[in-house]
Amino acid sequence: MLHTVNKSPFDSHSLQTCLGLAKAGSDILLIEDAVYAAMSGTAMTSLIESAMSSSTIYVLEPDLRARGIGSEKMISGINLVGYDGFVELAVTNDKVQSWL
Amino acid sequence: MKQIDYWFLVTNESGKAVKKFMYVNRHAPHGTIYPLEGLEVALVGAAFDQDVSMAFIGDGVFQLTKGQDTADLGIKNCAPTYGALGDYEVTKLYVEQESLDERGLELNDLMNLTWEDEEEDWAEKPSIRVVSRAQLSDLLEQQDVILNF
Amino acid sequence: MKFSVMVNEGPYTHQAADTAYHFIRAVLDAGHEIFRVFFYHDGVHNGTRMTTPPQDDRHIVDRWSELAHDHDIDLVVCVAAAQRRGILDKDEAKRNGKDGHNIAPGFRISGLGQLIEAGIEADRLLVFGD
Repeated sequence: MLHTVNKSPFDSHSLQTCLGLAKAGSDILLIEDAVYAAMSGTAMTSLIESAMSSSTIYVLEPDLRARGIGSEKMISGINLVGYDGFVELAVTNDKVQSWL
Repeated sequence: MKQIDYWFLVTNESGKAVKKFMYVNRHAPHGTIYPLEGLEVALVGAAFDQDVSMAFIGDGVFQLTKGQDTADLGIKNCAPTYGALGDYEVTKLYVEQESLDERGLELNDLMNLTWEDEEEDWAEKPSIRVVSRAQLSDLLEQQDVILNF
Repeated sequence: MKFSVMVNEGPYTHQAADTAYHFIRAVLDAGHEIFRVFFYHDGVHNGTRMTTPPQDDRHIVDRWSELAHDHDIDLVVCVAAAQRRGILDKDEAKRNGKDGHNIAPGFRISGLGQLIEAGIEADRLLVFGD
């Protein structure tokens, strides 16, 4: 399943709820304000790094750029995708859950 | 793309494959309109012969608590409408145990929502099924369409 | 592959309408089909033609209308949510005794059944909201 999360983990429980319910092997795409979860050295970094051991984490690049998050600030190993990659993730997974 | 095994597909009267729809409720009632408008989707959706269930996670479990009275707020109280779900054949209301525990709630704090099983002489059965986070994770994986409210 | 998209928030206040639009453009660019875009909750506000955003910013409503026109996309505004929030076409205005209507070009008002059908008929349904 592809899970999309759009809220900052510092503001909302959506990401934690998603990670608690997503099965191993899921694709998790951070969009909109959720891209802040991809930053290294934050209180959420270990949560993301732990999720990366069982699922694949993606971040929507236009949302990162809009928020001025450069690659030097990001957790290593997170995959960057554009909207074309977002579509590809939706195609290759059998369904999408949008965690609002 | 993942290969789909067609042999297990259930079809409805029109012969089309029935999809599993799950409405995931994560908002507390009354503070926003999402629970009420989510309930409307569940009730309308019930007429389409699909396999419909609802999940209540996080603050969504508060939607099902007893004793809600919105009179002093002057807003429509949608809590009684959950009682109609059984009549519309929405009989699977999954409530996450961990979400109840975090909020100090037990099954007894929730409304007594039931449905009548035609196949067992209209026996009244509970619609609320408390499941663990792990079980809910399995249930989500089984769905075809998931909407969040 | 057929996609349906649900938009749950109005223009500008949340990023949902923008993300949905860019996703839909990418779906079309990849050669896939959009079965329907369904606007629910405050998403119905994407369907009013009365917005006048600043000229140096994107015109979200016009963008939807152009999408409908250029790619024959079915944009459906939920009637129940629209009635609550004052989005009307001529028929709704007449039916409810209102003195005006405001639906934008390319949008149509219909029931929640259109959302369920969007989920049944499409291979994937994505939701953009708050």
